[in-house]
Amino acid sequence: MNYRFEWSVLWTGQSGQWLLSGLITTLELSLCAWLLALALGIASGAMRTVPYRALRAAATFYVEFFRNVPLLVWMFFWYFAAPPLLPEVVREWLFGHGLEFWAAVCALGVYSGARFSEVLRSGIQSIPRTQLEASVASGLTVVQAYRYVILPIALRLIIPPGTNESLNLLKNSSVALTISVAELTFQTRQIETYTAKAIEALTAGTVIYLVLCLSLSAFMGWVERRTAIPGLIAGGRRRRA
Amino acid sequence: MSLDLGVIWRNLDFLLVQGFLGFGAFVGGTLRLAIPSIVLGFLLGIVIGLARLSPRAWIRIPATIYVEFFRGVPLVMVIFWIWFILPILLRTKIPEFGVALTAFVIFEAAYLGEIVRAGIQSVARGQVEAATALGLRSGGTMRFVVLPQALKNMIPSLVTQFIVLFKDTSLASIIGFMDLTKAAQVVNNREIRPFELYLFIAVVYWVCTYSMSRYARSLEKRLGPA
Repeated sequence: MNYRFEWSVLWTGQSGQWLLSGLITTLELSLCAWLLALALGIASGAMRTVPYRALRAAATFYVEFFRNVPLLVWMFFWYFAAPPLLPEVVREWLFGHGLEFWAAVCALGVYSGARFSEVLRSGIQSIPRTQLEASVASGLTVVQAYRYVILPIALRLIIPPGTNESLNLLKNSSVALTISVAELTFQTRQIETYTAKAIEALTAGTVIYLVLCLSLSAFMGWVERRTAIPGLIAGGRRRRA
Repeated sequence: MSLDLGVIWRNLDFLLVQGFLGFGAFVGGTLRLAIPSIVLGFLLGIVIGLARLSPRAWIRIPATIYVEFFRGVPLVMVIFWIWFILPILLRTKIPEFGVALTAFVIFEAAYLGEIVRAGIQSVARGQVEAATALGLRSGGTMRFVVLPQALKNMIPSLVTQFIVLFKDTSLASIIGFMDLTKAAQVVNNREIRPFELYLFIAVVYWVCTYSMSRYARSLEKRLGPA
């Protein structure tokens, strides 16, 4: 191996600044996409369990189509193919306000929403059906039953798989570099291009991703313990320990 | 905007034969990358899954670090690592196919290793005790008793992981590998018909992944807990 390490490229010149701005873009992109995915996931996940066939079919189509096509294809679709379909005013605004960022938010959010949906559906289906029946019997409408009984339980049950999917979303945000969103992986490549020091640049990017993922999963472990439902196996055991 | 489906028809041969299957002037092909990746990744995954269950710490800990590391890093990052580091290590130029294959095998092995581990752990403890009582050594127990049953339990998860891998192969187009996604990009550069082309490849990917996921579900039912 005839490679000369030069770690100083990471703290001389603009590298630090690039990494920081890349990290911020990654976080902004992930957060926006996460909120979109959460909204879509909760809506469609709940819709897949309601007793109305048309709603179930629409939600199933959304989940099965968006989840089963590669994220990269969705990136290209939202960036190249979707803007011409929009009204003139919206398009003008987007071209002036970072089209690639919003295309990436849509691609990542809609794709992850379909995956969140599956997580929520399995959470709802693990709640005994009698809960819904009891709520309706005591005078709540189906919407109220979901709002006050089913969803609060389901959302607490799905924290572990939901965390997993959220981390996937964070890692998947790196695919946005293909439509030139200046996120972390993009900036890592930029450092490599300017300094020709690939290993140093990739190490910096990799370490940041690892730290992000590990600290997020530690934080969500704490949230999980705080919100555990007493009496369920996982909840009760941890409380006492 | 009007739809022009003719663009698909005119380039169908290039998109499917070159991009999807991988025969033609360029080295490429979604299937040609996905199939060897899953086979080799599974072989490495068995090694890692077994290592994760080893009673010896010096085998178990490196395997655990391997799994945790690759599950905490984006695949795009791993592809770039291999792209830059392989030529430095081997002191020669590596074609895109080699880079992509190496990256997918190494990355997927971390996930497949977890599937193998879960599959082995799903085999009832009594089976191991019975095999030991019959006089089999630990290697024989693993090979003749545990692994055959574990493999059966793993099949649905393996199909699901193959679907994930199949979708992930689109990322090989980032380093210039001529897969279905790259083929659509190439055609789009000439024809400027992004809506038709990207929707078309979305449908091609969907047909493959959806039929595989239906298959996985039916397998799950058929093989389900006996």
